[in-house]
Amino acid sequence: MTQSVVVQVGQCGNQVGCRFWDLALREHAAVNKKGMYDEALSSFFRNVDTRVVCLLTEFKFFPFSKALLIDMEEGVVNEILQGPLRDVFDSKQLITDVSGSGNNWAVGHKIYGCQYRENIVEKLRKTAEHCDSLQCFFIIHSMGGGTGSGLGTFVLNLLEEEFPEVYRFVTSVYPSGEDDVITSPYNSVLAMKELNEHADCVLPIENESLFEIVNKIHQMINSGKLGSTVKQNSLVTSSAGSAKTQVKPFDAMNNIVANLLLNLTSSARFEGSLNMDLNEISMNLVPFPRLHYLVSSLTPLYTLADVNVPSRRLDQMFSDAFSRDHQLIQADPKHSLYLACALLVRGNVQVSDLRRNIERLKPSLQFVSWNQEGWKTGLCSVPPVGHSHSLLALANNTCVKPTFIELKDRFMKLYKKKAHLHHYLQIDGMEQSCFSEAVSSLSDLIEEYNELDATKGGPRVDPSRLKIAV
Amino acid sequence: MSIVTVQLGQCGNQIGHEVFSALCSDIRGTHGLCSKKENESYQDSCKERFFCEEESGVPVARAVLVDMEPKVISQTLSMAARSGHWKYSNHSHFCQKQGSGNNWANGYSVHGPRHKEAIMNLVQKEAEKCERLGGFLTIMSMAGGTGSGLGAFVTQCLRDAFPTSFILNHVVWPYGTGEVIVQNYNSVLTLSHLYHSSDALLVHENDVIHKICAQLMNIKQISFRDVNQVIAHQLGSVFQPAHTAGGGSGYSRNPLGIDWQVRPPHPGLHPLHKKPLHFNTSIANLVILRGKDVHSADLGSFQDPSLYTSWLNPQDAFNAWKTPRAFNKYEKSAALVSNSQFLLKPLDSIVGKAWNMFASKAYLHQYTKFGIQEEDFLDCFTTLEQVISSYTNL
Repeated sequence: MTQSVVVQVGQCGNQVGCRFWDLALREHAAVNKKGMYDEALSSFFRNVDTRVVCLLTEFKFFPFSKALLIDMEEGVVNEILQGPLRDVFDSKQLITDVSGSGNNWAVGHKIYGCQYRENIVEKLRKTAEHCDSLQCFFIIHSMGGGTGSGLGTFVLNLLEEEFPEVYRFVTSVYPSGEDDVITSPYNSVLAMKELNEHADCVLPIENESLFEIVNKIHQMINSGKLGSTVKQNSLVTSSAGSAKTQVKPFDAMNNIVANLLLNLTSSARFEGSLNMDLNEISMNLVPFPRLHYLVSSLTPLYTLADVNVPSRRLDQMFSDAFSRDHQLIQADPKHSLYLACALLVRGNVQVSDLRRNIERLKPSLQFVSWNQEGWKTGLCSVPPVGHSHSLLALANNTCVKPTFIELKDRFMKLYKKKAHLHHYLQIDGMEQSCFSEAVSSLSDLIEEYNELDATKGGPRVDPSRLKIAV
Repeated sequence: MSIVTVQLGQCGNQIGHEVFSALCSDIRGTHGLCSKKENESYQDSCKERFFCEEESGVPVARAVLVDMEPKVISQTLSMAARSGHWKYSNHSHFCQKQGSGNNWANGYSVHGPRHKEAIMNLVQKEAEKCERLGGFLTIMSMAGGTGSGLGAFVTQCLRDAFPTSFILNHVVWPYGTGEVIVQNYNSVLTLSHLYHSSDALLVHENDVIHKICAQLMNIKQISFRDVNQVIAHQLGSVFQPAHTAGGGSGYSRNPLGIDWQVRPPHPGLHPLHKKPLHFNTSIANLVILRGKDVHSADLGSFQDPSLYTSWLNPQDAFNAWKTPRAFNKYEKSAALVSNSQFLLKPLDSIVGKAWNMFASKAYLHQYTKFGIQEEDFLDCFTTLEQVISSYTNL
């Protein structure tokens, strides 16, 4: 069973991570009726024999997570340790400090990175030792702050050095235009360079998109348009049925990201007729090393209580996955160019349903000339809690470009005036060149997407085949 | 004569399970519309071919299960055991943890050498259990990483270890519109490598089987299980015992010993024959008839010269095997195995798409990091273009 370790860094990273563990336990409890440690659980949890009573009474053992929680402030991590998930984490899995990073990437990356390097490596090794076959590290962080962004990308670097064979999947929350952290463009662009160079796959997330999805669900429920009742635990935003009782403001949005990670790893944890493992995602969706940014969408956002799902509704699930308002970043993949697309279906969906929908949707999507049939598909038999089926779509699509361009523009607005630059330059190891290299790296990336977009809609000239002497 | 089956990867193991299931359910069936003696002879022959007897009386499949991740093998073993009618041996499987990531190079260059000894030991053990080894059947897909890459490597090892045995590769061709984005690369690498070690490649295309499920069998929601069962049924109808012409009354003939290999004449020696283009040109056809009235069936049209290439005598190219024992409760059934231009278009399409992708250098870094270089790709393309050319000129 492929095993993964989650490294959650900073406030955002830890809050999302917390939701992930909660929902993961809920998912496994629903499938694992006997509550015994099994292969599926071993992908994210380790079995620790102890006589202490476990709060999560579904499980007869202690499901310790394979995780590392890092934050340079204690508030968030302390809350996690006092909450219902406290038994899922061991104190040896935490690295905290008190003063925070002041929303400064350089503080996170250079100062804390240096200071905690050995500690982090040692704890990573310990966690890795609990896996007899470690395949992937998941980093969860935000780009706009100081810890998640700076220390988070420092850890990314570290993972590449210390564990070069293990895949690095990064879930990055990008700041919105109205972000209240003034220096978020600096932090994000500095972090982007690290993501470009050291991540295998990046799943960018934008808060605006999460917020819109949350609103959409509220509207649908409150408008009374839905004939039957909505199953509470099926909401992609919900914590219902999990250990958490108090609802906090960002919970709904963070649950969406947690569900993304659960769906991404479902085929590695549960059986199905066409498995799709994490290394396959990386293999199929990354045609060139730096083009590893994947736009994700999850459907359905909720299920209705009625059990029979006509195939019309199933097809709607596929259509929704490609619509603008289901994407987790502000992007419209339908009107941009696809380099590759992956569809991971869970639940009672068969290969004919997949084929029918691919045939139906293909004509409205544009694929790059050398990958006209660039579809990777997976079928996992176990659906998410509260659903009979679900779909995760991952697209390597040029629609990420606008997000990057906007980020670069916001960066340049500050940089041209040298605003707030001294906070960074006064940190040991930081120089002006760090900034120019970072924005240059981002520009190059944008240029690669531009070149691909330029091929869109052009005449298709297939290269001539090899001529063989008979 | 016995056949040792090697099931590779998710597809190979899922299909392999359906094949043994189909074979077992066929021999357990009713008398099969023939004499008791005939039926017993058939059952004994099938059992010797595919199963091994154990003390418990439950037949054990002569198979080695290989996969680079554990879930599928685990499911396969338990489904077989649950049937109560047959099972796999507890000691004939090999798996790892992480899979091959749909990467042919990972399967071939990394997993292959690393696990060669363990896998070949299992094969050797199965081979030794056979009184008379007829040969090997490997079941694999060519789209993924394990079946394709490790499958190609294992086939080479089989050839090295058993130079005189027949090796038949059952290869599953993926749906044209992706199951795996890099499936065309993996397919090109697999086919070109298999050409050097295999005796014959028996092919099933997912698209074709899907159509059978949809149009002929009217299945509404087609699952991979449905597809695999159709494939298993077809394989069963080919591999179950049948009498060959001149083979006497026994089912003794080596089922894999079909003479697929025909040497074409030197080019230029035979003038090109303009034939009405109704058929894909064949170089060999085998018809297997089972059940009622097999001996009175008229197979004359299979010897029509317009089916065959000009430099072959239809009598040499055509073979018929028959048995009065019905297969899988079908009163009459027929199977046709054909070596013809039928696969030319699909093969050409796969090579074309792979070449198109190769020209843009997309995904190549994923292969080079495991040791498969651009030159290796070029060699593979060359081999397959030659195959395409040979078939085109039939």
